[in-house]
Amino acid sequence: MRSTAYRLLAAASISLLLGALDIGTAPSALAQDAAMVAEGKEIAFNRRKGNCLACHLMDDGTLPGNIGPPLIAMQARYPDKAALRAQIYDARVKNPSTIMPPFGPHAIISESEIDKITEYVWTL
Amino acid sequence: MKRTAFLIAAAVVALEAPVATAASPEQDLQVFRQYFLDRYPNTPFDDFQNGVYAIDANRRAEWAAMEEFPPYEIGLEIGQAEFEKPFANGRTYASCFKNGGINIRQHYPYFDTLAGDIKTLEGEINECRVKNGEQALKFGSGTLAAISAYMASTSNGSRINIIVPNDPRALEWYNRGKKHYYAKRGQLNMSCADCHYHYAGRNVRADLLHPALGDLSHFPVYRKKWEARGSGPLAGFGTSHRRFNGCNKQVRAKGYGPQSDEYKALEYFLTYMSNGVPINAPGVRQ
Ligand code: HEC
Ligand code: HEC
Repeated sequence: MRSTAYRLLAAASISLLLGALDIGTAPSALAQDAAMVAEGKEIAFNRRKGNCLACHLMDDGTLPGNIGPPLIAMQARYPDKAALRAQIYDARVKNPSTIMPPFGPHAIISESEIDKITEYVWTL
Repeated sequence: MKRTAFLIAAAVVALEAPVATAASPEQDLQVFRQYFLDRYPNTPFDDFQNGVYAIDANRRAEWAAMEEFPPYEIGLEIGQAEFEKPFANGRTYASCFKNGGINIRQHYPYFDTLAGDIKTLEGEINECRVKNGEQALKFGSGTLAAISAYMASTSNGSRINIIVPNDPRALEWYNRGKKHYYAKRGQLNMSCADCHYHYAGRNVRADLLHPALGDLSHFPVYRKKWEARGSGPLAGFGTSHRRFNGCNKQVRAKGYGPQSDEYKALEYFLTYMSNGVPINAPGVRQ
């Protein structure tokens, strides 16, 4: 948990910093973001990792399950990215009997993989 | 990673609220059955013997096509021949069972008052062998599953009739199975009930989740996936315990193995929940 809080803080301060930096550095930061989103997608779709398609319709994933809600309009529903990460990290906080796996607490995927998935899902 | 350590530590995490153990088996059965009847008003009760095919027209059509040339037919004949073949001592399986072993599947598993144990059909097939000086067969698949499938097929149309006698030991078995069914387990933290009760009828990726009512009415099954992995006409057969093991492993929980006490309890609970559903074995499944 401490490392999660740390990462969130770190992520927040990085984006603050990025906001304050001059435009010259923006393209590479954007490229980095894009790479993170692409990686996040790969992890989310991978059956041995997120396997989110087992339950959610998302993006261009084929044969999605329909156990969970479609992951669409995510920024509208989660203006706060940290709240989205928290949902992916441990869905039991909102719904104790949820069928959605506790990805963080059960170490199904790593903290940094959850960060990447969050970045990706936030673009949907 | 430390998955093994995790599996050991995770075991059973929590019981879901609706199944605090207070209810009697009769009350559980009422609620369980009604839940599915309300949910599938167009599926006649007897049709729950057909798993996913009871609730999905497209899959049902594919299945009907498979049944035109049943892939289990040769295997079932082998099962029958094995069942009828005398042991070295000249006796047959018929000598070990009520009614010569014909049309008895609907009474299994049962609580054996004398032994305080749950008796499964597969367990008694092997007991019969050993009693007659033969080696026990491997549980779960192969010849044993084929013999069991043949015996079950002689019950087709007979309604499941499991009894939980008013005996604390029987109730203990029942509650153990019930607990297994509703408890979250494995790294993925899912219960049997998550997939086959709460989300029955939904899709996990491309797989449609069958409703639990009618479970085990069509076991042993003949499964195309198992057929493809093995070789010979018996490769497709598998008992309910083989399936339990697969469903446990799917959520990265430990499998208990065929004829473990845990699966005997689970079979007892789950078959009781399907009381009244007619046997239809062996079911063909993907
Ligand atoms: C086994 C099923 C299952 C899997 C796998 C699963 N989810 Fe979920 N998810 C659900 C369900 C069901 C809900 C609805 C809320 C609840 O019941 O907890 C949900 C809710 C969500 C929500 C909240 C949606 C909203 O509208 O507020 C998000 C975001 C989400 N899941 C993301 C993911 C991501 C990302 C993954 C993969 C890393 C994933 N889920 C894997 C079943 C699943
Ligand atoms: C992650 C979801 C999931 C969980 C959890 C799960 N199963 Fe399954 N199970 C499936 C899928 C998918 C199938 C194949 C489609 C079907 O028949 O539902 C299946 C099939 C079965 C079948 C065969 C049904 C038939 O008609 O052939 C049985 C019996 C079964 N499951 C019992 C269980 C039991 C008992 C548990 C708990 C120990 C369990 N399942 C846990 C997903 C799951």
